Amino acid sequence: MPDLLTDQRSSGDGPIDGVPARTSHDAIQRRRRLDRRSVLVFVLLSLIAAGSATLFLTWGVNGYWDYALPRRLEQLAALVVVGAAISVSTIVFQTLTENRILTPAIMGFDALYILIATTLVFMLGSETVVGISSVHLFALNAILLVVVATLAYRWVLTDTSRGLYTLLLVGVIAGTLFNSFSTFMFRVMEPSEYDTLLTTLYASFNLIDTTVLRIATALLVLGIVAAVMMAPTLDVLTLGRDRATALGVDYRRTATKLLIIVAGLVAVSTALVGPVLFLGLLVANLAYQLTRTQRHSITLPAAILISITALALGQALLQHVFNYAGTLGSIINLVGGTYFVILLVMESKKT
Amino acid sequence: MSQRRSVVAYAPWLALATLVYISLFVGVINIDLRSVLTDPDDRHVLIYSRVPRTAALALAGAAMAVSGLIMQHLTRNRFVAPTTAGTVDAAAVGLLVATVWFATAPVMGKVLIALIFALAGTAVFVFIVQRIRFKDVVFVPLLGLVLGGAYRAIAEFAAFRHELTQALNSWFTADFSGIIQGRYETLWLAGLVAAAAYLFANRFTAAGMGESFATNIGVNYRLVMAVGLAITAFSTAVVVVTVGAIPFLGLIVPNLVTMALGDNIRRVLPVTALVGASAVLACDIFGRLVIAPYEIPVGTILGVLGSAVFLYLVMSRKGRFANA
Repeated sequence: MPDLLTDQRSSGDGPIDGVPARTSHDAIQRRRRLDRRSVLVFVLLSLIAAGSATLFLTWGVNGYWDYALPRRLEQLAALVVVGAAISVSTIVFQTLTENRILTPAIMGFDALYILIATTLVFMLGSETVVGISSVHLFALNAILLVVVATLAYRWVLTDTSRGLYTLLLVGVIAGTLFNSFSTFMFRVMEPSEYDTLLTTLYASFNLIDTTVLRIATALLVLGIVAAVMMAPTLDVLTLGRDRATALGVDYRRTATKLLIIVAGLVAVSTALVGPVLFLGLLVANLAYQLTRTQRHSITLPAAILISITALALGQALLQHVFNYAGTLGSIINLVGGTYFVILLVMESKKT
Repeated sequence: MSQRRSVVAYAPWLALATLVYISLFVGVINIDLRSVLTDPDDRHVLIYSRVPRTAALALAGAAMAVSGLIMQHLTRNRFVAPTTAGTVDAAAVGLLVATVWFATAPVMGKVLIALIFALAGTAVFVFIVQRIRFKDVVFVPLLGLVLGGAYRAIAEFAAFRHELTQALNSWFTADFSGIIQGRYETLWLAGLVAAAAYLFANRFTAAGMGESFATNIGVNYRLVMAVGLAITAFSTAVVVVTVGAIPFLGLIVPNLVTMALGDNIRRVLPVTALVGASAVLACDIFGRLVIAPYEIPVGTILGVLGSAVFLYLVMSRKGRFANA
């Protein structure tokens, strides 16, 4: 993580802070304090995340290490992959749309992935689909999601005539539409087809689909590398669309690239645990609050650490303390939904 | 002009009559007008299954469409309906409570509990909306949808603990395939309440003009608001308990009708009821035919249709929707 930080400072902030007048003594002092703060935040977050992961791995094993550890490691890996994918996709998406409320999940990306997966089964028929390996199926779904989501959302998002709330409402309804359409196709399918595909299409935190873990991890790494490489551009985008354009960012091209990254990462998380509506919103906002900066070299890893903590600790507590009293997904939706209402009300009072 | 008026006035009745006729004679068992008169078995099918189902469809459709119309007038927002104000989700929470803790209660008892929750859930929504000074037209339904999502998350959490997840899902998707005589009669109450709304029509219009205006012309604003919300909450509760929620119907039907006929609620209300009934009947007939002998529930079909129309209304927010 630290190399990311140093690497970032020279390239990312050059165009923003390059104006001589602003590199005053005062500003440098402030920057130092911020850096010290973010190092501290990182150390703490890493410790907590590592602690949560250890807890998840070791709690209540009762000596059955040979049996428990490999299974739990695999599950932990999936949780880490999901957490990272959701964090990065959310922050990139929020930077692109210039606000802290919109997230890919709320805008219907997850629902679109399910719709595409269902449509594929519907078109090809279950016999064909069962013949295709799940890895190939995932790749096909991911590619289709990237193409469809990038085209559709670039059209919706780059039209600046719509306000934030309209955009948000459009996203929420679009998500409902995608979900309803998936349900519709499910109903039309033969009951037997429906049964065989239920497990492959509907993963959850209690039923992680680990068959695609490797390819999902590969896609995640690809997405993160791309996001880190574009971090300087993302930092410039936080200045606002007009200023970013004035500073030489080709907005439409950048938007396309970023949406491709976001869609790829959404495919990763949705394939492993299904749609998670509000995790991205929670961890991204928590990361902004803790790090108090807009620099992506800092916010991205912080959000990843927070979501790993939330998922590993949440799942561990759920299994051992609350005896599976609920699903992790529904708890996240409950907390996140309430937080979302508060965010909305606060945002509307601001304007 | 009068020629055109009369066509507009009769068209909804004609459409409803046609759909009722089709609904009576479409299904797994083939019956027709002549066989009903001669064959007692066919008559049995008609009386115990087809007539109740058709009546249930028409009543639920009319009640939900009228509920939406009232809500839109009272909140002065075209995008507010039971689906987008948290009413449906709150009613489902209530039904869950009724199922878990009052399992032996009769249907009307469950309706009552669902009604209390629906009222409370909608009241929270209205409370928040009234406290927000700045009101973007789309902000209000957005808030309602998100609030509804929070209610739903509570319901899902509780349903998971009591192994009622499947039942919960069925409450959000209207399905009329199980309707036979003796299982739908509560819907008559919803229909009756929706018809009673006609008596208050002018007062809803006045209340929609704002509290001070309504008070000035002698209308008890708070009472009318309470009556309006009670009517919508009751209709929603009955429909959710009896057949499951009909998504977005209360949103799209009143919008389409007022687009064609204007905003005079006294004139629009009966047409809204007729179109609402026709829409649900049409969707159910389609659902019965498309994968016969299986069926697709009305809720699933209207989930697709309703959200598509809603999306269109929001995206093409020009002219009348700009400051609706």
